[in-house]
Amino acid sequence: MIKRNKEKGIEWLFTALAFSSLVFLTGIVIVLVKEALPIFSTVSLPAFLGGKSWYPTAEPPEFGIFPLIMASFWVSAGAMLICVPLGVGSALYLHELAGERQRAVLKPVIEVLASVPSIIYGFFGMVILAPFLQQRFNLPIGLCVLSTSIVLGMMATPTVASIAEDALGYVPRSFREASFALGANRWETLTKVIIPAAGSGISTAVILGMSRAIGETMTVLMVAGGAAVVPSSIFDPVRPMTAAIAAEMGEAPVGSDHYHALFAVALALFLVTFAFNIIAELISRRYRLKLGLSR
Amino acid sequence: MTKRDIIQKTGFTLLAMCMAANIVFLGMIVFFIASRGLPAISWEFLTQAPRNAMTQGGVAPAIVGTLYLTLGAVLVALPLGVACAIYLTEYSPKGWIVNLIRISVNNLAGVPSVVFGLFGLAIFVKKAGFGVSMLSGSLTLGILALPVIISASQEALIAVPQSIREASLALGATRWETIRRVVLPAALPGILTGVILSVGRVAGETAPILFTAAAFYVKGYPKSVLSEVMALPYHIYALMTEGTHPEIQTQIAYGSSLILLALVLSVSMLAIYIRQRYRRGYNA
Repeated sequence: MIKRNKEKGIEWLFTALAFSSLVFLTGIVIVLVKEALPIFSTVSLPAFLGGKSWYPTAEPPEFGIFPLIMASFWVSAGAMLICVPLGVGSALYLHELAGERQRAVLKPVIEVLASVPSIIYGFFGMVILAPFLQQRFNLPIGLCVLSTSIVLGMMATPTVASIAEDALGYVPRSFREASFALGANRWETLTKVIIPAAGSGISTAVILGMSRAIGETMTVLMVAGGAAVVPSSIFDPVRPMTAAIAAEMGEAPVGSDHYHALFAVALALFLVTFAFNIIAELISRRYRLKLGLSR
Repeated sequence: MTKRDIIQKTGFTLLAMCMAANIVFLGMIVFFIASRGLPAISWEFLTQAPRNAMTQGGVAPAIVGTLYLTLGAVLVALPLGVACAIYLTEYSPKGWIVNLIRISVNNLAGVPSVVFGLFGLAIFVKKAGFGVSMLSGSLTLGILALPVIISASQEALIAVPQSIREASLALGATRWETIRRVVLPAALPGILTGVILSVGRVAGETAPILFTAAAFYVKGYPKSVLSEVMALPYHIYALMTEGTHPEIQTQIAYGSSLILLALVLSVSMLAIYIRQRYRRGYNA
């Protein structure tokens, strides 16, 4: 009897602890909403999202985050141009062309690259890449949309590569065999059978890569240049949302409008990445069902 | 060679170039950081505190601070993460519960790191009153590490063959006894891999500790869990953005980056090594 109670107790304990992620996620949402709401008694939502000037410490302060949103958008879009082809290409290479021995080396390379801390990428961008671009393109400042996109693209490449490689692994062998039997060569099989079959899995990889790029903080904080203006060229310095939060939160007095405005920026950021993650989740579920996989 | 063959050859070459880009990226980062960081590294650099407004001395307190923060984060995330994984795999709850938890874990993994920082600031630093401290930082980093540990532990538990569990249950062991004596020992290398991966991730995180734990300069080593700490990643950031001697500070930042990079890369290579050994052993 005691043994049975103990078993029951342990099961309850595990059940309770298992929900910790949900609790933390909910907690994050509650904190962000609660700390963000007060700003909307000062600024209306449309003025907050669409306002073109972000001068949180001016007198009177202006809280328009449109330049920050555009900055995040442009640097992430630029990063996508780099990490999608490179990431998907590496996944295809790993899956189709690399033999056992190559894979044993290349997969760890991708994993190790993915584990390089963002501060290192930021430092690299700041001391190596930015001066290089500045010299090469004769710029007044090397910290700009272009340098940020390049560094973010480098960072997101291994993420895209490993998720896309997983997706390719789900494509049943029989698809490939059927294609070969019909006389297609390897490249035709790859582009006309395997890639379409893994299409939604690959798009999941792209979405998660995008999510990673938008949420990246230290790199953009160090490399983006920090000017809160809507960029007009790829050589303009910008201040993406994450950089604004990280750079300004330290100086914003707790409970001030600025403090609440930064929480509202974080809420907007959270909602975007949350939406991306949910979309990725939905796509991958449908995809697995389509290929007849249970999980 | 037919046209088809040429297209195939070109396509494969392009794919190989994409793969090569990864190697180039990694090589470039390691090369630049190592070649310029090595001259900064000395015994003094590793064992002493900064002196003269960050222009002399070493980064020992930042190394120690990073180790403490990482240890604290693992202490927070490990029990929660393993418990969650055990619940999902061993107690096989209803489908919608599994889905709900899985979606939360996936989304928690996708939350931008600076958002964790704000959460930590609002909850641990302000609400709970821990202040800017090692405790607040470890708790924040622990939540960030949770999804990594859950995924790795779950994978490790699923890999344990069902027959072993059945054998244990058939011998009269209860479910908990089976988990504790049979399943967990078998899954240990996999869980360990998850822990090591999370160490690599946590040690390099900067944004979550910006407002919860880190300080540019703290005199001496941290004395209690409620004191501010120096941490390597934050130290690099601060050296590059604050202070008055940019030239010398960049040198020190190179040295600090090399230490951090060496730490994180060796940790992740260790994880990969353990996993590969473990998988091989399992198949044989």
